Amino acid sequence: MTWTIIVLVVLALVLWSFYISWRASRLDRLHNRVEAAHTALDLALVRRAAAASELASSGLLDPAASLLLADAVRRVRQVGPAERDLAESDLTRALRATLGDPDFRKEFGGGKDAGFQVAADQGAGELVAELDAAGQQVFIARKFYNDLAGRTVDARRRPLVQVLHLYGSAQQPEFFDMDDAMVGEKIE
Amino acid sequence: MRIGIACPYSWDVPGGVQQHIRDLAEALIELGHEVSVIAPADEDRPLPPYVVPAGKAVPVPYNGSVARLAFGPISTHRVRRWLKEGNFDVLHVHEPSVPSLSLLACWIASGPIVATVHTAMRKSRILLATMPVLRSALEKIDGRIAVSEAARSTFVEHLGGDAVLIPNGVATRRYRHADPLDGWPGEGGAGKARAGKGGAIGFLGRMDEPRKGLAVLVRAFELLAPGRPGLRLLIAGPGDADEHRRSLPPELRDRAVFLGEVSEEDKVRVLHSVDVFCSPNTGGESFGIVTVEAMAAGLPIVASDIPAFRDVLRGGEAGELFATGDPDDLARAAARLLDDPARRAELSVAALDAVAEYDWGTVARNVLSVYETVVLGRTTVGITQ
Repeated sequence: MTWTIIVLVVLALVLWSFYISWRASRLDRLHNRVEAAHTALDLALVRRAAAASELASSGLLDPAASLLLADAVRRVRQVGPAERDLAESDLTRALRATLGDPDFRKEFGGGKDAGFQVAADQGAGELVAELDAAGQQVFIARKFYNDLAGRTVDARRRPLVQVLHLYGSAQQPEFFDMDDAMVGEKIE
Repeated sequence: MRIGIACPYSWDVPGGVQQHIRDLAEALIELGHEVSVIAPADEDRPLPPYVVPAGKAVPVPYNGSVARLAFGPISTHRVRRWLKEGNFDVLHVHEPSVPSLSLLACWIASGPIVATVHTAMRKSRILLATMPVLRSALEKIDGRIAVSEAARSTFVEHLGGDAVLIPNGVATRRYRHADPLDGWPGEGGAGKARAGKGGAIGFLGRMDEPRKGLAVLVRAFELLAPGRPGLRLLIAGPGDADEHRRSLPPELRDRAVFLGEVSEEDKVRVLHSVDVFCSPNTGGESFGIVTVEAMAAGLPIVASDIPAFRDVLRGGEAGELFATGDPDDLARAAARLLDDPARRAELSVAALDAVAEYDWGTVARNVLSVYETVVLGRTTVGITQ
């Protein structure tokens, strides 16, 4: 009689430990995915800044617009993680103000009586397209990252995870909030 | 001369640069010249006849805050048209290193260009000054003017070449005469100060910025007031007065009048409501325009012995200097003036004389000499193709 109880208890313990191990490894995978998404977001931001920097020094924009853009890019490069969202938002605003100007889009396509030097039209078109694409990538990467961050935060909050400290030394991911409304959208 | 002036900031927003340009333009017009100012402006608001609007300024992040600037194809087009039609003898741009109309004008124009720098460029902006498109636009500047020593260093270190120092002007006529505020001078106000009795000391400026020195004046007042019945303190300016009020003993509190921020007109009336004006600044002043305004009102001044004031007060000839930050010395100097109406009259005359140097008429003439220097042998201002 007692043997049955012992076997049952041992079995329950074994099953319980498998379950915990499974939960822990799920959580682990989630953390890994969030980290990968963060890296992707970081890369997208860096690419956007690089493309903006190229546009600023290209001579396609008037010197005032070039200076504004270069200033925003410089800030993004210099700022620490705590202020990054602010600096990136400012870069978005600078991009909207310069690239998003409907007259810029019109004129640089036309060429005649342009208020600024126009580099080889193909080169110009490519630069702007690259910047548009980079902006879009940032938007998407951020969406995916924040989604995963949210899920990770929720998973960490579950009672079992909290009590058993299943997340170990993994940091809680932070949301990344910034203004990344795509260039070309009319924002008032 | 036909003079074209470029303003980088919104005309309808109050600001030092805009005010400077407004005063300069009007002084030049008074001297008989033709002036046109191009500035970002809201076309629905009434503009002076000499201002040409270049579209609305757009708020963008720049230099750590949000600035309202004009750039892009439309602004470029407007500047180009203004230059073409203006046929100016000289182009005068203000703050050329700010990404706005002044920079665009430098870029598009050919011919004599004068630039005035109003603020010192921070070291962090050196890198930007090396951008080729920026450099080539700024290199076209022939004449350089700086309104302060600090601003002058910008030119010397970053934009190549030395600059002439021509400080901001003061419209001295505006300050010369005014009625005292209602209820002043009363017992303790302008003209009533004599040996041991009455009188008023005035202060203008931010109350809660320690470098403006209001605390020093309040302490000195505490020392002076008990032995001088009727003496009052009149203070105007933005900031929180409570701390200063609380720091005074209760019996003196109603003798110190804190007005808060006042209109330009009332500011002049404040000056004409007191016997003595005090500039107790402990530092951070490159010019001390408030002191100059008080001098233009004909007030005897008692000021801290900082370089800016020593300069403006001609080493103590046009006003009394006291040991910076020392309430006892301030109290002594103020008492000397309050007791001696003859000395006050003397200083008043000396102040008015000293301030003629800063009058906009004089400043405009100095600016004109710079124009005349750069237009020698040159064609009129046109556009590069």
